Amino acid sequence: MYGIGILKGLGVTLKHFVETYVDDFRWLGKRYYNEEAYAVRQGPKATGIFTVQYPEEKLIIPENFRYLPFILYEEKDDGSIEDRCTSCGICPKICPPQCIWIVRSNDPETGRPIPAPTEFFIDIDICMSCGLCAEYCPFDAIKMDHVFEIASYERMEHHILNKEQLSKPVSYYSSIQPKNFRREEEARVAKEAAKAAKKKEREAKKAAS
Amino acid sequence: MTENVEVPKELDATIQSMDNRFHDIVTLDDRKSYTGYLVPVENLIDFATSIRDDLGYDYLSSVTGVDYFPEEKMEVVYHAYKTSGGGALVFKVQIPREKPEVPSLISVFPGSDFQEREAWDLLGIRFSGHPNLTRILMWEGFEGHPLRKDWKEPFFEEEKKPYKNRWPEGGVYRIEDEVPMGKNVKYPLGFDPQKWTPEEQTTFKEDMDSEAGDNGSNGSAMHTDQIVVNLGPQHPSTHGVFRMVARLDGETVVDLYPEMGYLHRNHEKIGERNTYIMNMPYTDRLDYISSMSNNLGYALAVESLMGIKPPERTEYIRVMMVELTRIVSHLWSIGFLLNDLGAFFTPALYAINERELILDIFEATAGSRMMCNYLRFGGISRDLPDGILETVRELVNERLPRKIDELDTYLTENEILRSRCIGVGVLSKEDAIAYSAAGPVLRASGVSYDVRRADPYSIYERFEFDVVVRYNGDVYDRYLVRMEEIRQSLRILHQVVRDIPEGEIQTGKALYQVRVPAGEAYGRVENPKGELGFYVVSNGKPNPWRYHIRAPSFINLTALGKMCKGEKVADVVAILGSIDIVLGETDR
Ligand code: SF4
Ligand code: SF4
Repeated sequence: MYGIGILKGLGVTLKHFVETYVDDFRWLGKRYYNEEAYAVRQGPKATGIFTVQYPEEKLIIPENFRYLPFILYEEKDDGSIEDRCTSCGICPKICPPQCIWIVRSNDPETGRPIPAPTEFFIDIDICMSCGLCAEYCPFDAIKMDHVFEIASYERMEHHILNKEQLSKPVSYYSSIQPKNFRREEEARVAKEAAKAAKKKEREAKKAAS
Repeated sequence: MTENVEVPKELDATIQSMDNRFHDIVTLDDRKSYTGYLVPVENLIDFATSIRDDLGYDYLSSVTGVDYFPEEKMEVVYHAYKTSGGGALVFKVQIPREKPEVPSLISVFPGSDFQEREAWDLLGIRFSGHPNLTRILMWEGFEGHPLRKDWKEPFFEEEKKPYKNRWPEGGVYRIEDEVPMGKNVKYPLGFDPQKWTPEEQTTFKEDMDSEAGDNGSNGSAMHTDQIVVNLGPQHPSTHGVFRMVARLDGETVVDLYPEMGYLHRNHEKIGERNTYIMNMPYTDRLDYISSMSNNLGYALAVESLMGIKPPERTEYIRVMMVELTRIVSHLWSIGFLLNDLGAFFTPALYAINERELILDIFEATAGSRMMCNYLRFGGISRDLPDGILETVRELVNERLPRKIDELDTYLTENEILRSRCIGVGVLSKEDAIAYSAAGPVLRASGVSYDVRRADPYSIYERFEFDVVVRYNGDVYDRYLVRMEEIRQSLRILHQVVRDIPEGEIQTGKALYQVRVPAGEAYGRVENPKGELGFYVVSNGKPNPWRYHIRAPSFINLTALGKMCKGEKVADVVAILGSIDIVLGETDR
């Protein structure tokens, strides 16, 4: 009969409509602003309305999410800070739109390069959030940030970030990407241990010969 | 897939078995790591006709040019395939650079129409005999042919990336200061943009004059005029900045052609300045609905040049991501086809709801919902995070099949949808092949051609799935093909999540500067929109010498005019929706 297809389709719409209320009842007013409910209604078991009440409620960002890069510094026990970046030049070389500028430090007396940046600029209007800089930095000195609400009223003056604006402590990194941080630390410790073992071996050999 | 290094012996034999005419004329391309045959310019049409009719290479996949600047040569490269499956027959013509002129193949393969215009536009290769050899991506007031190696833009920084002033001296500057609005263009001598009025509807002019005598070609006694209507740019349903120029007789479309290039950024020139790895995130921006499979096409081409293969686990993860992408893209396309038909947003949102869940997987794995940038040469950027495989399993085994069935009940039998779609925008089997249509458009016209099956790449030969074919070639069949392909993708995914092994994810060390030996490669994949091909030529340097994309959204439009002829103007939008174009890829 003509019209059966339309009626069936409207049945589906009706089902969706009813489901929104069923889901509201299920959580009895606790459907929003509630972690437990959030995990269900944004996951593969979700039914009912799928939206998030932004900005009051935000999507939970996965660890690997990338938006803009930032550079890391270590906080030493004595209160001083030290950049992780050694100004090795890999990230400005791999950045696809070429939006990283680095000024390498030079020793004022000898003029020889020191492994640290004097200046570090990223033009965030040009950055395409590809994450290649973070991926290929051999010193884990540049990472991708999770802050995405960066709208501002003008677009010319403040969009080239300098070293001060880009720098964030390692503790911040470990708070936004705990698993990645742990994995990298483990790798670093293992690498250092291997290095030390090798050195020891070499010394032992030297002593023996 | 990609072919490299050795010319398959069998291909040789086919040429040998050919008509004696070509024996002494056609030569093997014997440059190292190149394939195919060199055909003299004067024999090109004969040769093309012969391989189509005698050897069965009836599908011309890609036409492009290469500027061999140091050798003062231009080369036009053709990739032809059999719709019954198998590898490519590559043939090339070489012409002097000062006077690059090649006969147009449009009479043999009408699908070369837009591709030849593109090669003319970007490389300045003249195709004699082409009925409408005008610019297609750039505008008429543009000076020069940008893909030529000696072409430079007004604000020119350096020939190759990485640029030298980024490190260690810094020297930061703001791009906007260097290229203030309107200053980064160069006009031909004597061209004034203020006075320029576009010569509209050039292709229509002749017909209009000739038919001007018998106004009222609708057959009735009433006196009617034909009018030219611009749909777009930016008609809300055209999926982006796109324009169709239609000549109408009443409500019936008499003739129609697409105008594109509004989103053109010369992706290929950027690609030739970039180093190999830099291009990966740029491929995301082609068909931005399906970035994962764009990545795969490019990775395959470069991997074939480098002669490496990814580890087992990576192959599975790649297939998983690519098939999820296919589902995403088809859901999007089905949803928006309904939008185009006037069912405003309810069906689209039901479809996109499921897409969101898949994008969550991409975000957790690759770091971004749409611009995934996930594949690397010989690997992927990172392994799956904990718990993702379980989510994929749950989606693939439980939720998605249920939801696809629901969408099916919701739409497929709907009488309005059926009467709007059945018999509309018909493309016959012969035309689909001739016009080099690809993907669901080709398969809805009764051609059982899917690169995953016809010329398997990655590990597709291991999976069980059906190539979906429909025979009417109308909008409804394209819709049905996409619906069924989602189910087939789920079938593949089902096998992937069952069999995926543990192990390494990267072959060799992930380097920021890969070494790519000189040679050429054509990597092609079955993208959701159709066959996506990457033609990459390396000269052993860190940057590709040539980087060309066979864009399915672009080439599928070649048949748009054909499909729309005789249809009502209201259906044109639905026909365009059924081709499923993405302007990021069409315009590049
Ligand atoms: S790659 Fe890392 S260490 Fe090298 S310059 Fe960039 S941030 Fe510094
Ligand atoms: S994320 Fe990509 S574009 Fe942005 S600074 Fe890093 S490498 Fe450059």
